[in-house]
Amino acid sequence: MDLSARRELYTDGDLNRPDAPVVVKGLNHWFGEGEARKQALFDVNLALERGKLTVLLGASGSGKTTLLTLMGCLRRVQEGSLTLLGTQLAGADERLLVQCRRRLGFIFQAHNLHESLTAMENVRIGLEVHGKAAMAGWERASAHLLKILGLGERLHYLPGNLSGGQKQRVAVARALVGNPDIVFADEPTAALDKNSALNAVALLKRLGTERGTTTLMVTHDTKIMSLADRIITMEDGRIVDDRGTT
Amino acid sequence: MTILLGHLLGRLPIGWLQLVHNKTRLAAALAGVAFASVLVLMQLGFLGALVASIKLPYDQMNADLLISASDMNTLADGSPLPRQRMFEALTVKGVQSATPLYYGKVEWKQPDGTIRNLDVFGIDPSVETLRNPAISARLNDISLSDVALIDARVRNVSKSLFAKIAAGEPYRFEVKGRTLKVVGTFEIGGGFSADGYLVVSDQTFLRLFPQRSAGAPNHILVTLAPGADPAPILERLRATLPADDSIVRTVEETFGRDQAFQTTQRPVGLVFGFGVVIGILVGIIIVYQVLSTDVAEHLKEYATFKAIGYSQRFFLGIVFEEALILAILGFVPGFLVSLLLYTVVATVTGLPLAMTWARAAFVLMGTLGMCALSGAIATRKLARANPADLF
Ligand SMILES: Nc1ncnc2c1ncn2[C@@H]1O[C@H](COP(=O)(O)OP(=O)(O)OP(=O)(O)O)[C@@H](O)[C@H]1O
Ligand SMILES: [Mg+2]
Repeated sequence: MDLSARRELYTDGDLNRPDAPVVVKGLNHWFGEGEARKQALFDVNLALERGKLTVLLGASGSGKTTLLTLMGCLRRVQEGSLTLLGTQLAGADERLLVQCRRRLGFIFQAHNLHESLTAMENVRIGLEVHGKAAMAGWERASAHLLKILGLGERLHYLPGNLSGGQKQRVAVARALVGNPDIVFADEPTAALDKNSALNAVALLKRLGTERGTTTLMVTHDTKIMSLADRIITMEDGRIVDDRGTT
Repeated sequence: MTILLGHLLGRLPIGWLQLVHNKTRLAAALAGVAFASVLVLMQLGFLGALVASIKLPYDQMNADLLISASDMNTLADGSPLPRQRMFEALTVKGVQSATPLYYGKVEWKQPDGTIRNLDVFGIDPSVETLRNPAISARLNDISLSDVALIDARVRNVSKSLFAKIAAGEPYRFEVKGRTLKVVGTFEIGGGFSADGYLVVSDQTFLRLFPQRSAGAPNHILVTLAPGADPAPILERLRATLPADDSIVRTVEETFGRDQAFQTTQRPVGLVFGFGVVIGILVGIIIVYQVLSTDVAEHLKEYATFKAIGYSQRFFLGIVFEEALILAILGFVPGFLVSLLLYTVVATVTGLPLAMTWARAAFVLMGTLGMCALSGAIATRKLARANPADLF
């Protein structure tokens, strides 16, 4: 990666942009109880920009996943403010968290496909959560996405008959089919081969431009970093570097 | 099936797809549910047969009310009654007739040395104590000493023997050192304590049971004047007869108490009731085992569903979908096997074992309930599916 390509440091001013899909202010997070209590995030301040692909970097244990799960409504905010798509998550109850998740797409390290469902049906899961109305034409939408991801020939395969990379691509389709506002991905490309990884990231970038889909991705893949609009680096639970790329 | 369920549920039938995905486990689960339903249906069948066989002799009684010993639990037990009570009953207004019924048991030794147990009714041959046309037609014959009528349904006795008797060929056998001459047949059928019935006159009865006396029958059958209201007569009888040795009840009520006693106080009844409980437990354990293993094996997928934004209701729906599918698909073969076993047991034992729609529906509901309960317990494991652990 050509570090000289970095443009400018993001500043706190971004936190007040009204259209920012995610705004984090003074976020602290701890794990464990009593003696074992350990702080994983320290005063994190951050705003994501709509339609942009942001990469989150950092050594193991630096708090990347913790930050991602908090933004993804998968953990409760303990201290600080976290506004997701206009909703304050600090103090939100489980029901509100579940509702917020429906506007997000998750791509996990493990694909976690349902073994008894075909590729198409697994993708359908990502759509069905939005209710009956969203189901109209689900087959066309699912097949279309799978084709873009190079699985046009494998629509009705069970996960057991797909390779690791193919399964991961089905998981990507499942995350994207519901047309999420934000996609959170934690080292999703580990299981993908170079081409399909770039292919998937290219799709995310295209969705960013066409639909304003915002992506936050943890990855150490330099190829992908070079495609990112912005790279945030964490160290010991703090954001230590945050810059845009050209 | 997938399409049908998809329409019914309005979503992908994930529970069903999950179940059929692991066919071995599905087969084991269905076998378990089927086994549990067979167990419960059989035990209920036996319980039903017990009740039906208890009712058989009561149905024969040509009576509205029954005077019995106050310590009576079943037709067969209880002390003999003073016959004086019969005359006292006849003085009560509204009572039309009162006749004694003597009750005993004899062993009928077969040519092969085996024993058939017979319940013996000793009746006054001058009145219709029993409402059985085959018996009423032969009252004259049994008024002769040592002449008897036999139940053509006595268990494990060749039908041809009864056919011969019915055709007019008397059959003789030794009972308590006397030779009884059987001149006719009737049909009642055996139960759990005896293989069938024997009807003799009160005089013959007393010769068979010399320790019994004419002055002490087992029950007194009372009929009421036509159109009479039984309630006040019952009250008057109760007031007239001394409560320390006799008790008056309607035939229906006596049967009800007999049934309650035999199904809840006697080992047979208890064993069948216990069998029902075991069947239900077996079913719950098997279904719980299958469902909880299924939930445990899919925790990551469920966690993923949670991350996608599915609510708890959705997961409960999947587990209950599985539970109901197991219940219905397991009950059907269980029901069919039970029907077959009912026929076999009824043929072999002559017990009045019959499937009723009510029982089938009851057990189906029970199976559904059992599976739903197991599902409800299994869903507690779902709480462990934490989407934050997926990253
Ligand atoms: N569930 C948990 N319970 C206790 N401590 C945790 C838990 N999850 C994370 N931590 C701790 O919080 C800190 C940050 O962890 P986190 O998983 O966010 O790091 P990461 O940057 O994602 O690391 P990696 O690159 O290895 O995935 C670490 O010190 C970790 O040990
Ligand atoms: Mg991590």
